[in-house]
Amino acid sequence: MSGPVADEPILSVRNLYGRIAGQQVVEDVSFDVPATGVTALLGRNGVGKTSTIKSILGLIDRTGEVRLAGERIDRAPTHRIVQRGVAYVPEDREVFGSLTVAENLRLAERDRSPRRELVASLFPDLEARREQRAGTLSGGQQQMVSLARALVNENRLLLVDEPTKGLAPRIVDEVADALAEAARTAPILLVEQNLLVVRRLAERVVVLSSGRVVFTGPAEELLDDHDRVQRFLGVHDEREAA
Amino acid sequence: MDTLVLLLITGLGLGALYFLVASGLSLIYGLMGVLNFAHGAFLTIAAFLGWEAGRRISDGTWTGLAISALVGILVGATVAVLTEVLIIRRLYERHIEQALVTVGISLAAVALFEGIWGTDPIYTDRPAWLTQTTEILGARIPNDRFLLIACAALVLGGIVLFLRRTRYGLIIRAGVENRHMVTALGIDVRRSFTLVFAIGGAAAGLGGVLASVYYGYVSAHLGSVLLIFAFIVTVIGGLGSLTGAAIASVLVAVLQQFANFYLGGTGDLVVVVLLAAVLLIRPRGLMGKAA
Repeated sequence: MSGPVADEPILSVRNLYGRIAGQQVVEDVSFDVPATGVTALLGRNGVGKTSTIKSILGLIDRTGEVRLAGERIDRAPTHRIVQRGVAYVPEDREVFGSLTVAENLRLAERDRSPRRELVASLFPDLEARREQRAGTLSGGQQQMVSLARALVNENRLLLVDEPTKGLAPRIVDEVADALAEAARTAPILLVEQNLLVVRRLAERVVVLSSGRVVFTGPAEELLDDHDRVQRFLGVHDEREAA
Repeated sequence: MDTLVLLLITGLGLGALYFLVASGLSLIYGLMGVLNFAHGAFLTIAAFLGWEAGRRISDGTWTGLAISALVGILVGATVAVLTEVLIIRRLYERHIEQALVTVGISLAAVALFEGIWGTDPIYTDRPAWLTQTTEILGARIPNDRFLLIACAALVLGGIVLFLRRTRYGLIIRAGVENRHMVTALGIDVRRSFTLVFAIGGAAAGLGGVLASVYYGYVSAHLGSVLLIFAFIVTVIGGLGSLTGAAIASVLVAVLQQFANFYLGGTGDLVVVVLLAAVLLIRPRGLMGKAA
């Protein structure tokens, strides 16, 4: 798997439109994801962050141009995009509840040499629960399974959608630790409501409003500007959004 | 006591037939959301071609029956795969079109079979042992019931092993739960669709040959009659659940036998009442996933 040349974005999205059941949910979205670090995709509830991620992956009807390391992927079916090294951690985890933890991970393995040791070191709790059905795990443990499924392969990009949603503060820290570790192996496009997590992990942010991009830039520039945070995200400070 | 045993084992035999048809229906719906009304046609063509092959080589013998079964399985699987590849694949997520097309195939198939083999049932020769009975607890059980039960148990065991021990089995189990997420893990789930049609068609093909043993004839309507009960079994068991289909097959067939004997031939009515009760009380069936 060859990496992108220096300064070339790993993901380039141009004029992306997405539809669900005939309704426009993503409208003319354009942004880049750099080849390193974490880029956060932010916005108020319902602005189309999850739909943007799904449009990139082809999980919903979409038009527009999406390039992975310069190569167009917007005409490829979802499984081909993933096979090119785009891993997806969905909102609400979407683990296979009737399968065991081990089966969830085995299903996700697409490389000849899956990174089982990395997964075991990041999520030791899952090792002890390998034979447990994923549907019987707590929300935090299910999130670990969902992240582990993505990290078990070598990726060029991780698309991570609301990984801390509904989790207890201690688990949020564990998930953030895992994402920080994951960011060392591949760039991440992260949808996240918890601004404390965004400040900790993200170097850049892309802000959506009404399905369109209204801000792109360094994370600190946005997060330090309370007026913009209030205007774009509808919260007064980071603790409120945590 | 002997009547109870006879009804019970006859019910198990009929349940075995229902299961052979319902297993494919349930897997196909579970993975792809396709209600395949053409499934009965797979069974009927397999029964006819299996009978044709068996009678030409060794009519009324175990060899002939084994050849019939082998041909039936191959024909069922082949016709099912062709149906999936040529027709159903173009209609995924379009449920109304799927229903219309598969109903159309089933009606056209019956007309075609009637055109080739006639409208009357064709009585078949079976190995002598299958026409005899065995006494169990005072009941004289037709031997063909044992063959049906053994075959269905083998098919159930084979499918369970396949689902539990192979990567494709893992993909199918995951796909039944959430096929979009399977795709999002980089897996081309459509290959599994074809495989599931092949497995379902093969089971229906074997069911067609065994149905000709159970009823003693082949007819253009063999599949249509069994399909109705297989759908009932699939709904009661829970759409997408193989275990549910197995349990419901036995439950429905045994209940049908007992109602026919003790309630003046009301077996079919009782089954429909059971279906209505399950739909009202537990719409997802005995073992189906919650909506």
